[in-house]
Amino acid sequence: MRGAKSAKWVVGAAVIALAATACSSSDDSGSKDKAKSSSGSSDGIVRAWWGDPQNPLEPANTNEVQGGKVLDMIFMNLKEYDATGKAQLEAADSITTTDQQNFTIKIKPDLKFSDGTPVTSSSFVDAWNYGALVTNKQLNSYFFADIDGYKAVHPDDETAAPTAKTMSGLKVVDDHTFTVKLSQKFSTWPDRLGYKAFAPLPKEFFDNHDAYLKKPIGDGPYMIESYTKGASMKLVPNPNYTGPSKPKNKGVLLKVYTSSETAYADLQSGQLDVLDDIPAADLPHVKNDLSGRYLNQPAGIIQTFSFPMYKPEWSKPGMDKVRLGISMAIDRKTITDKIFGGTRTPAQDLTSPVLGAAGGYSTSVCGEACTYDPVKAKQLITEGGGIPGGQMKLGYNADSGSHKEWVDAVCNSINNVLGNNKACVGAPTGTFADFRNQITKGQMTQPFRSGWQMDYPLIDDFITPLYATGGSSNDSKYTNKTVDKLINQANAEPDTAKSIALYQQAEKQVLTDMPIVPLWYQNGQAGWSSKVSNVKENAFSYPIFTDITVN
Amino acid sequence: MGRYVIRRLLQMVPVFIGTTLLIFVMVWGLGDPVAAMFGDRTPDPATAAQIRLEFHLNDPLIQQYWIYMSHVFEGDFGKAWNQQPVTELLKTAYPVTLRLTIVAFVIEAVIGVALGVFAGLRRGRFFDTGVLAMTLIVVSIPTFVTGYVLQYFFGVKWSIVHPSVGEGAPFKDLLMPGLVLAGVSLAYVARLTRTSVAENTRADYLRTAVAKGLPRRRVIVNHMLRNSLIPVVTFLGTDIGNLMAGALVTERIFNIHGVGYQIYQGIVHTSPATVVGFVTILVIIFLLANLLVDLLYAVLDPRIRYA
Repeated sequence: MRGAKSAKWVVGAAVIALAATACSSSDDSGSKDKAKSSSGSSDGIVRAWWGDPQNPLEPANTNEVQGGKVLDMIFMNLKEYDATGKAQLEAADSITTTDQQNFTIKIKPDLKFSDGTPVTSSSFVDAWNYGALVTNKQLNSYFFADIDGYKAVHPDDETAAPTAKTMSGLKVVDDHTFTVKLSQKFSTWPDRLGYKAFAPLPKEFFDNHDAYLKKPIGDGPYMIESYTKGASMKLVPNPNYTGPSKPKNKGVLLKVYTSSETAYADLQSGQLDVLDDIPAADLPHVKNDLSGRYLNQPAGIIQTFSFPMYKPEWSKPGMDKVRLGISMAIDRKTITDKIFGGTRTPAQDLTSPVLGAAGGYSTSVCGEACTYDPVKAKQLITEGGGIPGGQMKLGYNADSGSHKEWVDAVCNSINNVLGNNKACVGAPTGTFADFRNQITKGQMTQPFRSGWQMDYPLIDDFITPLYATGGSSNDSKYTNKTVDKLINQANAEPDTAKSIALYQQAEKQVLTDMPIVPLWYQNGQAGWSSKVSNVKENAFSYPIFTDITVN
Repeated sequence: MGRYVIRRLLQMVPVFIGTTLLIFVMVWGLGDPVAAMFGDRTPDPATAAQIRLEFHLNDPLIQQYWIYMSHVFEGDFGKAWNQQPVTELLKTAYPVTLRLTIVAFVIEAVIGVALGVFAGLRRGRFFDTGVLAMTLIVVSIPTFVTGYVLQYFFGVKWSIVHPSVGEGAPFKDLLMPGLVLAGVSLAYVARLTRTSVAENTRADYLRTAVAKGLPRRRVIVNHMLRNSLIPVVTFLGTDIGNLMAGALVTERIFNIHGVGYQIYQGIVHTSPATVVGFVTILVIIFLLANLLVDLLYAVLDPRIRYA
């Protein structure tokens, strides 16, 4: 039969096809462990939503929340931020200075990593040197820029090779003592040390880097039991941990989800216990769905939009009035209520409520400039000569974060005030990468969306990188000598309260110049299942996993 | 026929080079990925320069493509931005998507052909009209709607199945996503089969087969079905590739960490290595599926020959 003969060739081609794809079907060995690790909360384990970290889990290389969440659980830094965002000594016994420039750090004795090796002064010094060295390509290396000798390991010039491997400002005195020399006075520097880039690293990190990345080791409340990249991570309490945040549960299972909508469905059906990314579409009925097991509190994130101050049409004399007028033409309250369902809070300064009044948050510093006043706004814009070119195009990236809705709403608000529905329009850019490229290269000709997520809950983190001349995230390329001077004074001031007052003066000056328009503070949210209780979030909007109890 | 197969395999080479180059250029066109790695922060120029050097981002595009392809032929598909080798991603994602595809394909082929045959044999009657109406409805509803609706009712409201697919993607979790993924294709298969069967019931050879007194089963299976299946096989063959590539939406809804999810991640984080790696394998699957379809013609219809 003719058909039978042809069939032989079909089989032959099929074999080739299978051979070509064979390399992709040989990974069933690990599936047994996986099935075990996805067991439920019945055994005291909290199952929580997770997104795939975008970078390897190295402390100095993690700059987004999903990796940060894990580092927060597996590391104890010299200082840690408590629930109110205040930095408390944890791994450090004492941090002392007499001149705000030279610090002596003493580590608590007998601290151990989860693999049993001791935490010593070199654990910190080596980790920081690794983070700063340019050839290690760590995204957070600039955190070490205040340490003396940083320029030698991390030259400004992109083509220059580092002239040293370690920073001269770090010196190990003995196993539990080391000294830090900063390049200039900086009184609140020790409070930065809670940021996870400053975490200590065990010898394994340097000796066997690849193995370390497969299963990172730390000195924090939890240790990693198993980690399947892109799928899940199981953490259990670290028996060597002696700090104050002992876990009140038997462990945490972080599950990577492809979308938060799916995670939400799982949360409702009892397949997931903690979800800290409630999908926007479900916000209106989240309280009902979860019978009130939901929290919504300010996070250390402020949303703004920036003016390209390097373009004369936006920075010439008179434009300050226009910029101020634009800020006053935005009805923040209505937009946060209608578009964001109350998950944003109208901004009243340039920081965040998580700092607290003592930390520098102020409800009065922006005042009238951030308050909706259509009459005055229109008057100011007209006096200043109107919007350059008769139209402003508010730039945003269209690929993530659903910015279109609020950009349109902001523009509508401005258009209503000016009685011209072409005065402000949204200008989308396809991808975040492209958008950021144009901004960092200073190619923006029109205002653009910007935002800031704090690294650590201190007012300096909301001011210095954003508004100091040449600041690392000064996207509008704003420059004002008064602001620079106030920031330097604040850094050198030993008294914290006085230092904060100086930062606030700088903030006041920035808001007078209005190179950026503060919009609103973003809130952190979380929903949880009936199987767990005591779910709270810290200043970074991470769930405080150590406190969660399984019912 | 052997020569034909070899010729077809050789033809795949230029198609393969063309598609990979095209994808490479398109992903590259999304812009410099380094800026996005730093989030809302201005990249530290020295660190950014080091990363660009590592990923050859300063070289001309064609040279980058050359470097990439020469590594591919050594079995090295490069690294995603989180430093995970792409081969590792391929190894974890493809089996998962393959499983989903098998589930969807079986549903689509078995139910689709069965519905089509019965509707075709009962042309114009109630069952036929019912199938036509149902398939029309299925075709006109977008996949994500069916996905979310089924997920909500079966997973959340009535708790019959898990709303999401667990780790390792076990087959029982894949039934609902498989059904959603197969839905639209199933409707097409049913309609194609129905039309083809309805046409062939009036064919001369079929009348002859009935006239010479063959049993009904033999008439339907050997004479009618075999002749009716050619357009359906064409559709099913090309659909294998479509199911794998088109699982993007379904995979997102049901938390399946397969090919669609990885390609999506690769695009969001502008990682050419991930996107090109996954698409390259998809291209190979498409090409081979097409070849298989062409060869199957000869099995189904002895009149078709390849020299």
